[in-house]
Amino acid sequence: MAEPNGPGGVSKALNAAWVRPFLFLIFIVVAWDLTIRLFRIPPYQIPAPGDVVVVLWHDWPELMRQAWPTTYATICGFLLSAVFGIPVAMLIAGSKTVESYVYPLLVFSQSVPKIAIAPLFVVWFGFGIIPKVISAFLLGFFPVVVSAVQGFKSVDPDMVDLARAMQGSRFRVFCAVNLPHAMPAIFSGLKVSVTLAVVGAVVGEFVGSNSGIGYVLQRSIGTFDLPTMFAALVILALLGVVLFWIVDRIERLVIPWHVSQREEVIFAA
Amino acid sequence: MDPATKMSGVDQSGARLRLVSDRAAGGTPGIQLSGVSKTYRSRDGDVPSLRPLDFHINAGEFFVVVGPSGCGKSTLLKMISGLLAPSSGEIFVEGEAVTRPHGNVGIVFQNSLLLPWRNILANVMLPIDMKRLPRDEYLPRAMELLKLVGLESFEKKLPWQLSGGMQQRASICRALVHDPKIMLMDEPFGALDAMTRERMNVELMRIQRETGKTVLLITHSIPEAVFLADRVLVMTERPGAIAAIYDVPLRRPRSLDAMAEPAFTELVQRIRKHFFTQSALD
Ligand SMILES: Nc1ncnc2c1ncn2[C@@H]1O[C@H](COP(=O)(O)OP(=O)(O)OP(=O)(O)O)[C@@H](O)[C@H]1O
Ligand SMILES: [Mg+2]
Repeated sequence: MAEPNGPGGVSKALNAAWVRPFLFLIFIVVAWDLTIRLFRIPPYQIPAPGDVVVVLWHDWPELMRQAWPTTYATICGFLLSAVFGIPVAMLIAGSKTVESYVYPLLVFSQSVPKIAIAPLFVVWFGFGIIPKVISAFLLGFFPVVVSAVQGFKSVDPDMVDLARAMQGSRFRVFCAVNLPHAMPAIFSGLKVSVTLAVVGAVVGEFVGSNSGIGYVLQRSIGTFDLPTMFAALVILALLGVVLFWIVDRIERLVIPWHVSQREEVIFAA
Repeated sequence: MDPATKMSGVDQSGARLRLVSDRAAGGTPGIQLSGVSKTYRSRDGDVPSLRPLDFHINAGEFFVVVGPSGCGKSTLLKMISGLLAPSSGEIFVEGEAVTRPHGNVGIVFQNSLLLPWRNILANVMLPIDMKRLPRDEYLPRAMELLKLVGLESFEKKLPWQLSGGMQQRASICRALVHDPKIMLMDEPFGALDAMTRERMNVELMRIQRETGKTVLLITHSIPEAVFLADRVLVMTERPGAIAAIYDVPLRRPRSLDAMAEPAFTELVQRIRKHFFTQSALD
């Protein structure tokens, strides 16, 4: 208890999870500003951070209004990729036949650039929310499937045998053993998926939309309004971070037993 | 008296545990194998794993199988539990032909295989959930078993908070909770250090005595086999066949001191000769 109060408080403040990345962010912004001043980079190439902040401050309500459709499309696309990705992974992991037919095609489909086919969705579904959702879904789907397949496959066959030997039905064994075992892998897939879904939604807005952050981005590029463009990027980054954080929180609730979450359990014990 | 039994002091609970298993058994008790063989069919040809085996394990017997790696011991265990169909022959457990998982066995593997998301008590209750038996009826039994192996204060802990030996003890409770007639153990202590292993051996012997279960245990350690067993089955190289079955002439209850008896060392030497025929043992 002889420890002085000051240093303890500082190190405690440093230990809060958000402080360090925040400090690093400030460092980057300062470096950005200095670079522009030192090398006299004209504002039509890279805007000064101050200008971006001004835009953020001024146009905040408008940006928020535009962020809403993007967020909505992202979440819908992400949920769709979870709802379809996990059962598809279950089928692939559960049946060699399904795997041999579906998996190679799925991998193949990933090498098709989504931005190239996104205009097609606009042709099919018009300038609404649907092309964005599909685009977000297509980007978010694959990581969920790959991780979940890996999760379902990595279960110890002896563990399954043990439950089966106790006359557990296929469904019971699956719910008691396979599914919980795959949860950590599924969540790591979901975390990748949710950030990619943001990209997917923006891609959808790029090719055909009159709302959303992607639309703001495209418009500001067209008029060389770089501060607005950077402000839009900041909004997108924030959106990604917030969604990632939400998935991370849910993960903590769902799999508190997992190695990656154990520290807290120790402190709580 | 056996110091292990004296130390434990839970004989009453043992008696109560035995009471639950007072079900009417149909046909011959124990495990009967007649002409049981196994050939795995895989894409690159057939793998003969077990030659036809005929033997009988009596009810309440401690039966130990030793054999070289890959001779089909785990295969044998899976067939008895009904997880795997034999290529030929028939298996009877308590007089009933085994055609699919029958649930009348408790299984312990080398790794405790506790589910990391269930606490110890919930892990022990897994067979009850799988068999859809009434939970509240078996909960006291699970607690009693945990007490029997000295884990009574750990039931709310998660598996990783326990040592390897404690985890393995919990998995023994799980194998016993639904009160099967038979315990199948596949190298149950193979992952433990030598000292813990000896202690677990003594403890297992006590649990078997107190619950009166038929135990089929697979091990790579010949001294462990002789120390634990009523009878030891020695298997040949793959495809496995019976090389010999030995009666163990040691009195029960046994303590670790039994390992110093001449009868013990003699039998260990004899079994060892099956595996190292060319060595200069004598
Ligand atoms: N699913 C399978 N498909 C094909 N062959 C198998 C399969 N499982 C086991 N085998 C083969 O059957 C033989 C016996 O396997 P088993 O696992 O029963 O051996 P074991 O006696 O338990 O060996 P160990 O002592 O190393 O555990 C091995 O040679 C193995 O290659
Ligand atoms: Mg084996």
